[in-house]
Amino acid sequence: MAIAALKTQHRNLVQTMFDEGMLDNQFNQLQDLQDSSNPNFVDEVITLFCNDAERIITELTRHLSYQNVDFSKLDSYVHQLKGSSSSIGAHRLKLACVNLRQASDGWNKEECVEAFYSIRREYCHLRTKFQVMMQIQRRIVSLENNQQ
Amino acid sequence: MVSGNSASSSSLSMKSDEDIVNNNNNLRVLVVDDSPMIRKLHDMYLKKFGLKVQVAENGKQAVDLFHFGASFDLILMDKEMPIMDGEEATKELRTMGVTSMIVGVTSLDSPNEKQAFMEAGLDYFFTKPLTTDNISFILQELNKKNNKN
Repeated sequence: MAIAALKTQHRNLVQTMFDEGMLDNQFNQLQDLQDSSNPNFVDEVITLFCNDAERIITELTRHLSYQNVDFSKLDSYVHQLKGSSSSIGAHRLKLACVNLRQASDGWNKEECVEAFYSIRREYCHLRTKFQVMMQIQRRIVSLENNQQ
Repeated sequence: MVSGNSASSSSLSMKSDEDIVNNNNNLRVLVVDDSPMIRKLHDMYLKKFGLKVQVAENGKQAVDLFHFGASFDLILMDKEMPIMDGEEATKELRTMGVTSMIVGVTSLDSPNEKQAFMEAGLDYFFTKPLTTDNISFILQELNKKNNKN
């Protein structure tokens, strides 16, 4: 009973994230890869994604703090974040990356800073939801293991 | 987006999942990407298709594997990587005489950059993220290529 309720909670959370545009179909592909032989796959991928995203956001913060911004370095970091956002299905974060790349192409520091703030906001929001999702998923796996 | 020689994304014939996995059991794939997340993702995608997967963190590691005698049927090559990028690694591998299928997988936007990457010696190019349909297509083409040889 508890497992069923948790699964419903998990499903509803994911659906909300789709409805809000935070996730796209790529996340479905990710979920489809998880099975009983890899019950923690989504959890592991999300953890790797968050580690990578935070590393990149730290670098972007650093580079944008300089008086003379190295726009090509900025672009390189955003490109990486865009790639990993696309691959995990983080739709809004990917779009925020596109905006920063455009600002970076225009060599406009102020616009880059604004676009970066959007990335940071989107990432924080996404991370919070992912953390809840993973907590629910871990609880489900734990209960299922106890049943066996 | 798919680019390459006579690219298409036609669906597989009516084989069972088990048949598909069994047919792919002898195919070896090298995933070359500096992102641990992407390596894990692609590794899982490919293993679902019954493929044997090895990973490399950059182009130099990929080239070194071949120098030391490794061989792969398929290489999934990212473009932007430290030490040696995918374009340089692809050129190096083709210069070495490597005839494996090399598929570029990257989130490049610029058509010029994509063209340059293709011209380095790719067989196909896919925009990230890779999907199961993309892999089905790649495996179809790989099996056609292997049947010709």
